[in-house]
Amino acid sequence: MTDMPKLSAIERTEQRSFLLLFLPALILVALIIFAPLGKLVVQSFQDEGAFSLVHYKRIVTERIYWSIFVDTLEVSLAVTALSALLGYPVAYAAARASRLWTGLILAMVMLPFWTSVLVRTYGWLVILQRRGIVNTTLMDLGIISKPLELSHNYTAVLIGMVHVMVPFIVFPLYAALSKIPPELAQAGNSLGGTRSYVFRRVILPLSAPGLLAGAVLVFVLSLGFYLTPELLGGGKTIMVSSLVERNIEQYSRFGAASSVALSLLVIVLAIFWVVDRVLPVEKIIGVK
Amino acid sequence: MKKLQNLPLYGVVFAILFFLVFPIIVVVIMSFSDSRFLTFPPKVFSLRWYESYFLDPAWMRATRNSFVLAILTTILVVPVGTAAAYGAHMCKMAIMRHMQLLLLSPVIVPVIIIAAGLYMVYAQVGLLATKLGLVLAFATMNLPYVFISVLAGLRSYDMAQEDVARSLGVSRLAAFMKVTLPQIRPSVMTGALFAFIGALDETVISIFIAGGENQTLPSRMFMSLNDEIDPTIASISTVLISVSFALVILMSLRSPKKANG
Repeated sequence: MTDMPKLSAIERTEQRSFLLLFLPALILVALIIFAPLGKLVVQSFQDEGAFSLVHYKRIVTERIYWSIFVDTLEVSLAVTALSALLGYPVAYAAARASRLWTGLILAMVMLPFWTSVLVRTYGWLVILQRRGIVNTTLMDLGIISKPLELSHNYTAVLIGMVHVMVPFIVFPLYAALSKIPPELAQAGNSLGGTRSYVFRRVILPLSAPGLLAGAVLVFVLSLGFYLTPELLGGGKTIMVSSLVERNIEQYSRFGAASSVALSLLVIVLAIFWVVDRVLPVEKIIGVK
Repeated sequence: MKKLQNLPLYGVVFAILFFLVFPIIVVVIMSFSDSRFLTFPPKVFSLRWYESYFLDPAWMRATRNSFVLAILTTILVVPVGTAAAYGAHMCKMAIMRHMQLLLLSPVIVPVIIIAAGLYMVYAQVGLLATKLGLVLAFATMNLPYVFISVLAGLRSYDMAQEDVARSLGVSRLAAFMKVTLPQIRPSVMTGALFAFIGALDETVISIFIAGGENQTLPSRMFMSLNDEIDPTIASISTVLISVSFALVILMSLRSPKKANG
């Protein structure tokens, strides 16, 4: 048992050559991911050419910065909860339905998944704008006399983000749910368990890994989400991502942008680090 | 009895599915409407928004740029990602898991952070708004998808076949090209498809580092959406939806086993 197969010299050279195949990919990642991260680190600790902690201090002391972080966490939590709530029935139905229906349901989840986020956000703008479908329909029906402010607010951001995130929950959940044999629920029912009891005690625990994988992915994606909050929020709901963008493009405050970006990164990595104990990171992001 | 019990569930599921496809249907209908504002159903159908897209030189240049960049990205990232997946599959060294996580960093790190850092680095080395800068960025962002897809293909492939070829005196490279590659081709093609669509759709990175002569379609669309709601976006969106669907359907027809990617 204990004697590990010793690698011969030839095998060791070969193993190292496999590592070499990794090199081009590593160079790309080093140039495009790690060099920029390094640049952010340097910028975030610098003020007027000297070492300084002023940019990190600002996040803690300035109310606006602090509250944008809190808001971002809140929005992301809400989006995750809503996406799970909407994603679960869809995944469940897809796992239980006949082959034809499974295909149709999954196709209807794939359709938005493969459509650009920009396109989908535009769709919601058309639906929710002042003279959009919802307002004109409600006015035609005489239910309202003045158009409602439906876009450019918190609710619009939530709707748009949930719409983007639901497929990320459905796919891993469907994978987990379709592995549960239907006989298990039948057995539970025949032993006198009510449907909701069997669901809570059998189905839900067995699908938990899929739910967790989807939820973590959605939460982390939401934390850094930029397009939908920017376009549907109308400047009211500013997420951390918008704070980074504004500091760069509008004010050219690279130090402030860098410290905010890196703080967000620390939060994201901490989440992955904690979850990795229960569920390998590869499992979570292998979804797509 | 069982069917009736499930009725509320299917009602809820239908409503959720409607929520998912509704904005897309709206965009497609909007693209054929005659008016700036969507009346439902549209009173007059017209192709004016397609005209304002296809006859506009700036939109056309952005479209051409995006397709050229997506093709170049795919050409660069597929060999790089495939080589890495092969290395990861064959290498038994313990360091491999860390290397793999490094390779997945483009999906782990939020894209806004990469875009911000990349903007600062590119500004320093003069790569802002250049084709080279954009292709390198798009390739890296989509590297994980090629890697994951090819690795999945290799895991379901019997390596003994390659060993047989090598025992017959074929070099490892030749054995890979002639024996392994043809059999994992569906996963390589899936990876290529991810990379192509991903590069075509890379919005946040584009917003920060594209521009001028090398403006991309998504970044131009974003700017236009931030200004006012121009229905030209609807026709562009409909074209984009058609392109990605044609590709996805083509792909699932070619490899029925891997329809879910």
